[in-house]
Amino acid sequence: MNPALQGVITIIVGVGGCIGYFYLSNQFLDKVLFPARGKHIGRNINRANMIRPWLFLFPAIFALALYLGYPVIETLRLSFTDRSLDGAFVGFDNYAQMASEPKFWEAMRNNMLWLIIVPAMSTAFGLLAAQLTDRIAWGNVAKSFIFMPMAISFVGASVIFKLIYDTRPANQDQIGVLNAIWLMFEGGPGSYLFLRLLPAGIVICFALLMAYVLYLALKPLFRREAGAGGSWWSVPLRLFAGFVAAWMIWLSAKSVFSVLAAEFAYGSPQTWLTLPFWNSFFLMVVLIWIQTGFAMVILSAALRGIPEETIEAAILDGANPFQIFFRIKVPQIMGTIVVVWTTITLVVLKVFDIVFAMTNGQWETQVLANYMYDKLFRANDWGVGSASAIVIMVLVLPILVWNVYNARKEMS
Amino acid sequence: MSSLSLKDVCKSYGSVEVLRDINLEIDQGELIVFVGPSGCGKSTLLRMIAGLETITGGTLEIDHERMNDVPPAQRGIAMVFQTYALYPHMTVRDNMAFGMKIAKKSRSEIDAAIANAARILQLEPYLDRLPKALSGGQRQRVAIGRAIVRNPKVFLFDEPLSNLDAALRVATRIEIAQLKESMPESTMVYVTHDQVEAMTLASRIVVLHGGNIEQVGAPLDLYERPANTFVAQFIGSPAMNLLDAKITAAGETTSVQMPDGGRATVPIASQGSDAGSSVRLGVRPEDLTITESDEFLVSADVDIVEALGETTVLYFMSKNGEAALIAKLPGIHKIAKGTNIRLTAAPEKLHLFDDKGTSFFYR
Ligand SMILES: Nc1ncnc2c1ncn2[C@@H]1O[C@H](COP(=O)(O)OP(=O)(O)O)[C@@H](O)[C@H]1O
Ligand SMILES: [Mg+2]
Repeated sequence: MNPALQGVITIIVGVGGCIGYFYLSNQFLDKVLFPARGKHIGRNINRANMIRPWLFLFPAIFALALYLGYPVIETLRLSFTDRSLDGAFVGFDNYAQMASEPKFWEAMRNNMLWLIIVPAMSTAFGLLAAQLTDRIAWGNVAKSFIFMPMAISFVGASVIFKLIYDTRPANQDQIGVLNAIWLMFEGGPGSYLFLRLLPAGIVICFALLMAYVLYLALKPLFRREAGAGGSWWSVPLRLFAGFVAAWMIWLSAKSVFSVLAAEFAYGSPQTWLTLPFWNSFFLMVVLIWIQTGFAMVILSAALRGIPEETIEAAILDGANPFQIFFRIKVPQIMGTIVVVWTTITLVVLKVFDIVFAMTNGQWETQVLANYMYDKLFRANDWGVGSASAIVIMVLVLPILVWNVYNARKEMS
Repeated sequence: MSSLSLKDVCKSYGSVEVLRDINLEIDQGELIVFVGPSGCGKSTLLRMIAGLETITGGTLEIDHERMNDVPPAQRGIAMVFQTYALYPHMTVRDNMAFGMKIAKKSRSEIDAAIANAARILQLEPYLDRLPKALSGGQRQRVAIGRAIVRNPKVFLFDEPLSNLDAALRVATRIEIAQLKESMPESTMVYVTHDQVEAMTLASRIVVLHGGNIEQVGAPLDLYERPANTFVAQFIGSPAMNLLDAKITAAGETTSVQMPDGGRATVPIASQGSDAGSSVRLGVRPEDLTITESDEFLVSADVDIVEALGETTVLYFMSKNGEAALIAKLPGIHKIAKGTNIRLTAAPEKLHLFDDKGTSFFYR
């Protein structure tokens, strides 16, 4: 049969099935189960109305249970069994085996790097784009361009960036943009500025930003502000955030010197995706490129929701554009920023396609989702594969709960 | 001593002219109220003084310094917005301190200023609350406190009471009047479309209409000597009745005759050339009294009687169903609908307007 015809039939069957289900089930409820006539008419109507919501919810609950609930439980069970022992229960053996594999820890470490850098950069760029495009006449055109990557699949984006990172032998013309730019550096003052001072500056800025985060996280613990009541979990959360920030400061302080002292192979084209450590960042760029559009759209709507008068009041109070942005606008959309940030975090924790399509986890770019795929579908080791899937879920869950909590708070 | 002066100030958005040649001198310590119907440009004028809108023509001076191109924060003004415009993420204290923090004032200076404003506005118990935990009236007080803390030369208020409910509006209006009394040196410019606010608060009222100043004067001057029919009908409630009339005799006093037989002799001078011209005779509803004599202004059948106890309001409809004339009589009058009634008024309470709407007082 023609696939288009099949599609049409599927649509008709699907939509018709839904309508049929809702119509017939409600008819059954009202006419057969609790008919609105006879001796108990009032009681029957009340009962029918109590059951009705569940009729509507049932398809969704059923599908979720079948395609989400059951797999989770089954994956959890599989993670405790061993394939070579005919699926015998082996306790935490799979987890122990996984923990002993360096590739797993590489994936964990990379995932953490992704987790910090991609949401931060996407949100920051998105916020910047939202603020700047609101102020120019052709802002809406710029916005559509920035948003466009959202319409490209991760694999498609990976193909685009593979071309950007492409490498040809030294004696041929480079078709990769990055190598073409790289070959312009020859070790002069320009190279010193762009390849040493600029990266070092960025690292230092990041360290300062983290110092500010540290300050923000810990300040309320020392100076209890009356009125702004915190929940019981805010103290450990703040301590944890402070710890992460301090760790980031330590890491960036260490890397400033290595950035300044790095040796570069000027003049020879690089195979970017095989440079350990750096290649992870080249992969992250793809996701940042995609997610910036998402962050921009949401944050731009939030920025427009800020009452104009508060900004005018700030102008009268003498605030300059930077102060207005950071002290009046950003705090007012903080809730939205958190939602955007956590939403991107969820995407990042599940990142698979980009790594799969560009490096397949080689050259130290492994991430958890690709690791899981490796174990499950290449090595056919469902035990360890399921165990890693459970690890991903455990990492995602708290962020998901927090995200939903914040999103609901934003809406009310 | 003039603390704020507007000279030929104009405002246009593209080709749309919103304000035309506004001239106004405001002395220190005055409370000036801009009043006028919606869309007449009150807010625009206030925002031009604040520096939130550019001035497209003319000069704005504050303390004899040209302010056209001075940034808002350096004009020595503070503004209170209709929607309060509090920073929602800051406590009341931080809301008031924000401007001084931006100006890098010392901690002790900021604390002193906030303590002073909080005392004046009785905000001390709320200093550490967020705006969302305050009532509308309290929020408006915080907004006023934020203005006081800046210690401005000129306070600007843009319809500060219109987001409050009726009872709170009265209370806050009295608070603003007391605030003004406690700061006799400060100049205030207050925008409202509510004539009660204008009459009760203002030392002088500026009536704006269609981008022009119609009249400037003390509240009772505007009531007793409106310069034109617009002011006459805008100030006072119910609005002044305007009756078509013809001048029968000009001179020291002017005699007029209404088409339906009413007549009056008004102690307002007119020139001989006015004799025979059509004018409008103005009389406020509260100045009308019932008479039996033949010297009446109006004789008509009552269409609607509203007995309020304190007053009785009579409505006389014209043929097209509008209220042609309203009379507001003190006390209780037992008058049935449809009764023919003759009304008159003391001659010195009458107003005369020429065919362009200008009062004969101001010719
Ligand atoms: N940004 C603008 N562009 C064009 N016209 C405007 C703008 N802002 C205000 N106006 C017009 O200016 C007039 C005066 O507005 P406004 O000062 O807000 O009136 P109000 O007396 O009610 O405060 C209105 O007719 C309004 O349509
Ligand atoms: Mg207005």
